[in-house]
Amino acid sequence: MEIRPIFATLRKHKLTATLLTLQVAFTCAIVCNVAFMIAHRVQRVSMPTGIAENELSVVPVSGIGKDDNPWARHESDLAALRQISGVESVAAVSYSLPLNRNVSMYGVCPSKAALDRAMQAMSMEKGGCVQPSVFDGSPALLKTLGLDLVAGRDFHVDEYVEGQKNVAVAIISRALARRLYPGESPLGKTMYVGNHIVRVIGVVRMLLSPTLLGQGTDYYTMIWPQLPDAAGVSYVMRSATQDRRRVLDAARKVLLKADPSRIINPKRMRTYSQIRATFFQRDTTMISLLLASALGLLFVTALGITGLANFWVQQRTRTIGIRRAIGATRADILRYFQTENFLIVTFGVVLGVLLAIGLNLLLMKHYELPRLPLWYLPVGAAALWLLGQLAVLAPAMRASQVQPVVATRSV
Amino acid sequence: MLGYYIDLAVGSLKRTPVLTALMVLAIGLGIGASMTMITVLHVMTQDPLPGRSAHLYRPYLDPLPAVFRTVPIAADPRDNLTWPDAMALLKEHRGARQAAMAGGSLLVWPQRTDLQPFYVDGRYATSDFFALFGVPFVAGNGWSAEDDEARTHVVVLNETLARKLFGNVGAIGRTVRLGDIDYRVIGVTTNWEPKPLFYADAPANHFGDADQFFLPLSTAVAAKLQVNGNVSGWGSDGAPNDLTDGSASWIQFWVQLDTPAKVNAYRQFLVDYSAEQKALGRFQRPATNARLYSLMGWLRHANLVPNDVRMQFWLALGFLGVSMLNIVALLLAKFLRRSPEISVRRAMGARKRDIFVQFGIESALVGVAGGVLGLGIAQIGLWSIRQRPDDYARLAAMDPSMLIGTVALAIVASVLAGLLPAWRACRVPPALQLKTL
Repeated sequence: MEIRPIFATLRKHKLTATLLTLQVAFTCAIVCNVAFMIAHRVQRVSMPTGIAENELSVVPVSGIGKDDNPWARHESDLAALRQISGVESVAAVSYSLPLNRNVSMYGVCPSKAALDRAMQAMSMEKGGCVQPSVFDGSPALLKTLGLDLVAGRDFHVDEYVEGQKNVAVAIISRALARRLYPGESPLGKTMYVGNHIVRVIGVVRMLLSPTLLGQGTDYYTMIWPQLPDAAGVSYVMRSATQDRRRVLDAARKVLLKADPSRIINPKRMRTYSQIRATFFQRDTTMISLLLASALGLLFVTALGITGLANFWVQQRTRTIGIRRAIGATRADILRYFQTENFLIVTFGVVLGVLLAIGLNLLLMKHYELPRLPLWYLPVGAAALWLLGQLAVLAPAMRASQVQPVVATRSV
Repeated sequence: MLGYYIDLAVGSLKRTPVLTALMVLAIGLGIGASMTMITVLHVMTQDPLPGRSAHLYRPYLDPLPAVFRTVPIAADPRDNLTWPDAMALLKEHRGARQAAMAGGSLLVWPQRTDLQPFYVDGRYATSDFFALFGVPFVAGNGWSAEDDEARTHVVVLNETLARKLFGNVGAIGRTVRLGDIDYRVIGVTTNWEPKPLFYADAPANHFGDADQFFLPLSTAVAAKLQVNGNVSGWGSDGAPNDLTDGSASWIQFWVQLDTPAKVNAYRQFLVDYSAEQKALGRFQRPATNARLYSLMGWLRHANLVPNDVRMQFWLALGFLGVSMLNIVALLLAKFLRRSPEISVRRAMGARKRDIFVQFGIESALVGVAGGVLGLGIAQIGLWSIRQRPDDYARLAAMDPSMLIGTVALAIVASVLAGLLPAWRACRVPPALQLKTL
């Protein structure tokens, strides 16, 4: 296949060819980055929480007025909720649950030495300490959430304290255990929470923080045996997936019957699927927008390629006829247009790959996006080559159907 | 002649109906997406108090210790003032008006038996608040500086809350129970809601509901009412127990300064004040850290537009850019294919300008059709944004200026897209093409 005549033709259509090259380049740059952003977001929205999300529903309740013994009230509520048919287990938490955005974090050090280093450096991270999110909850919490205890034991009844008092023991997530005590068994180890000592008695396989900071610390979590004793409390109920809505409605009735004066906002009674959807709502919106714009861009570019090839085929009908008359086969004509397209897209892709890297650097600077993995570039390039070939196929086929006799006709 | 050109253009576009439709669709999508996002950015960055905002300023002090440990999720404590600093600035009275404020949620106990107790959001503020921001009253007034001093139990309600509690009967002089305390209603404001709610604290809903009650800040502090938003402490024991402590920031402060000279004087005053506090040992950092933000400058500092929205904006513009490139290339190829026709017209006496106008009209037609489609797509886009649960969502609608802006963008885009192809077409030489016929 002779490439020179193609170059000669393209030189005649310099402006149009340049415009199409630019379009391919911009499309390549944007689509590569958009694809990366989609992958990034999809990874985020599919983060597992480590709890039995499909079977859980949550009712936040706020008491009004002063109550002498909130925990006693929560306890009687729990007993009433347990009576609802379909409820397998129920627990009370102050406010923190995975992905509900109500987070409380404490600085935790694996040893006294680490604590001293952290105090010296005025930074938790520098001393080998971390700031995990802390969950509290009533005794049935592990069973209700469906947490997978991989080592150690659950809390004993006498280990629970009421309210925000200091605890002696804690259950931590496996990610936190590996971070604090790499290569060792965390069971029985002492953690320093400020100057206060907490002993690790159990490890759960996975428990996600209430909020995501995206710094690799989102699975650093621990559970303290603290009984919620504030006026506001959230009840977590476990039931069969299809029963969740009914259980929520029943729970509201039961709770209001026990005390009609408290506030239960029906909008905040949610199944865990709703909690997850709410948490990631911006991400899912963004994913669909990114997807739509990437497809839109590819469509517009394909349209540009087809349209342009169509015009060129019409314009060159006579030339094609002459070529056919002097011996070119149909395949030659087909290949001619395909090669022409390949050349234009190649120029565009080369430029586009550079633009994609530039765009990624810009995004990294302004939107804290990670670096674009390099393998996205050849994949993006291949996608555009394929798109170009598909888009040019119809016009090129039409060109190859031109009869040699056209050469003899006047246009 | 113009009519004839339009006829020619329509005829030419009709010869390639599919391509024309796709070109219109591409530019319509580009314009629609761009206008949707421009409108969203426009409503999120608009001036909340037109006419008054130019004279409103926000002091910024740096009372943090020289070494300060940051927590990943916490906001910058310096974005708020401490109680002693706010009170000092109030007392100095350097601006025409000034007010300190903080947000709060209180449980309302209605006297009507058919209403359950419910929580409302409001503001604790000092007496100048209403005059400073020009809050319009339906009845009654705000409180006086003496009330601030005496920590009087008075409250100003907005129209919605007043109507909900007392119906159509006057609310003035009535008593309302908020939390554990009875307050006397002394004023009812209109449902005043500047968008964005520029004076609210960083975590607040800046595009959400307005304040429904206002009561004296001193009263709230004396009664130890709960404060919404960031209360950042850096005292030795970590969490602040006492809000009047000098090492806890939680107060928002605004001051009215009418002339540039007064603005400069106030800026200097803040630096001097910081230097004085440093000499006293309360501040540790350089006095020149003190700043004065204008209202719009503060909104930029607060960065109310989420990154996702900015990203969507750039994405939309990128889409429009690629669509435009696409249209230019297609029109160019289309026009040049008609070189023989152009040659004939030129040979028969048409000037370059005539050819330019003829083809310019053809591209303008594509652009106008794309613009009209874009306007429709933008309305659909804005509708879909209004369905989002975000607080800014319900503001996403076009005002007349944005409507005109969309039409202008469509015209500019189409003219730009048509310029190059039309110019190229009018340069086709008359004779050369005739030879090949």
